Amino acid sequence: MVANGHRSPARRAAYPARYSALGLLRRGLTHEEWPPAWHAHALKGSYDVVIVGGGVHGLAAAYYLAANHGITDVAVLDKGYMGSGGSGRNTAILRSNYLTPEGVRFYDRSIELYRTLAADLDYNVMFSRRGHLTLAHNDSSLRTMRWRAEVNKAEGVDSEVIGPAEIKKLAPFLDVSDEARYPVLGALWHPPGGIIRHDAVVWGYARGADALGVHIHQNTEVTGIDVAEGRVRGVRTTRGDITTPVVLNATAGWSTLIADMAGVALPITTSPLQAAVTEPVKPFLSTVIVSGTLHVYISQTDRGELVFGASVDPFTSYSMRGSLEFIEGLAGHVLELMPALTNVRLLRQWAGLCDMTPDFSPVMGPTPVDGFLVDAGWGTYGFKAGPVSGEAMAQCIASGKTPEIIAAFGLDRFGEGALVGEKGAAAVGH
Amino acid sequence: MILLPCAWCGPRDAGEFQHVGEALTRPDPRTATPQEWRTYLYLRDNPCGWTTETWYHRMGCRRYIRVERHTETNEIRSAVPAGSTA
Repeated sequence: MVANGHRSPARRAAYPARYSALGLLRRGLTHEEWPPAWHAHALKGSYDVVIVGGGVHGLAAAYYLAANHGITDVAVLDKGYMGSGGSGRNTAILRSNYLTPEGVRFYDRSIELYRTLAADLDYNVMFSRRGHLTLAHNDSSLRTMRWRAEVNKAEGVDSEVIGPAEIKKLAPFLDVSDEARYPVLGALWHPPGGIIRHDAVVWGYARGADALGVHIHQNTEVTGIDVAEGRVRGVRTTRGDITTPVVLNATAGWSTLIADMAGVALPITTSPLQAAVTEPVKPFLSTVIVSGTLHVYISQTDRGELVFGASVDPFTSYSMRGSLEFIEGLAGHVLELMPALTNVRLLRQWAGLCDMTPDFSPVMGPTPVDGFLVDAGWGTYGFKAGPVSGEAMAQCIASGKTPEIIAAFGLDRFGEGALVGEKGAAAVGH
Repeated sequence: MILLPCAWCGPRDAGEFQHVGEALTRPDPRTATPQEWRTYLYLRDNPCGWTTETWYHRMGCRRYIRVERHTETNEIRSAVPAGSTA
């Protein structure tokens, strides 16, 4: 089955190594090294397209530029390593049960691409469609759930509101009793949601883009963007200057710093979002559990660790240090939902940077500077949107026109007052 | 933990405060163009470095202070009453 038209025998032949159970067994026995998944290149003096940011968005855009549009003279630059920003720091939850029709259509396309991604990229991204439960602890959030369920159904996305008895069947360890401090009144049940291995998605796209001729440059920081007569001319980096007519800014938390270099103002502020993971325990949680009121989401990885995420820190910052206040608050909220976890120990905590917009929807497409495009404002929902954003931005670059699926997310909506209020985002407490 | 030196209460836990955002000058609604007004509503500098911002001592004296903070290290350089011209 060719779902998205990306699979081809020629592509598979271009990969340095094909991964299979037999290959794993052979290398396990012979201790033969795997070849590197992508190549290191010298920085060329010019590229057709330069993508700033080597996370899932930047790499997906590079991959779809090459795979769907045949544009392969592309450089992806990152100041650190691939996936060192939000792509490796999120809690790897996928879902499309948003509130606005624009948001639902957009994220649903992303889930569709994620569904066949492992086969498209010949890379195991470990997508586990285990279902997604958003809990309602009060009447107003139950009302929002009902609203979301109806918008989802109208857009053909599987979501429904269920009661405490059904919730208990799906997640027996959840405290759904009336005695809880914040009793569970109901939940939005979204079976197509799930979790995925986020590093594998980054590596899979990097490997796929590399096999098609894209240059991936790690440890290459952009220090300036040359603009003349309202057009992008080139990019300056710590490894040399590049002449290019097209620059895509896909740097999430750092996107205003890159946009400033091109003289483009974005309606974005940067705040950290913290997450934590426990020691591994036996599998007991087969769904993703989210509580907007308690600002927590919980899932169990294939290794048995429990991954916890929260909403963004309540102030702007570029600091990626964890804080004690966060971990205390988080532990309290998790125990509120699952008292049985009281003796489980935390392994580590970390933070990623979220580029927040005033309406919790992204900013995508062209800017007042010709050739300078943005794929930013990803807040708390960037990872799940990686494939569709890459696909749409690649189309935007190749055709010079904004595709329909991202038409609502243009930068000009803030000047026109046409905001897309996405109250289904994780950062919004209902 | 971040300690914010409230101009009235002394150093207090940042959790007692509400982060209002970058210190802005509100344009005159009678004369501002829609463009100026939307710039004031939505566009922020969002620097990675020193910034001047307003915090509200929500669980303390309930007054506003103007703070100079480094957004990467969260170091605080100064805090004065929000309306002061110093």
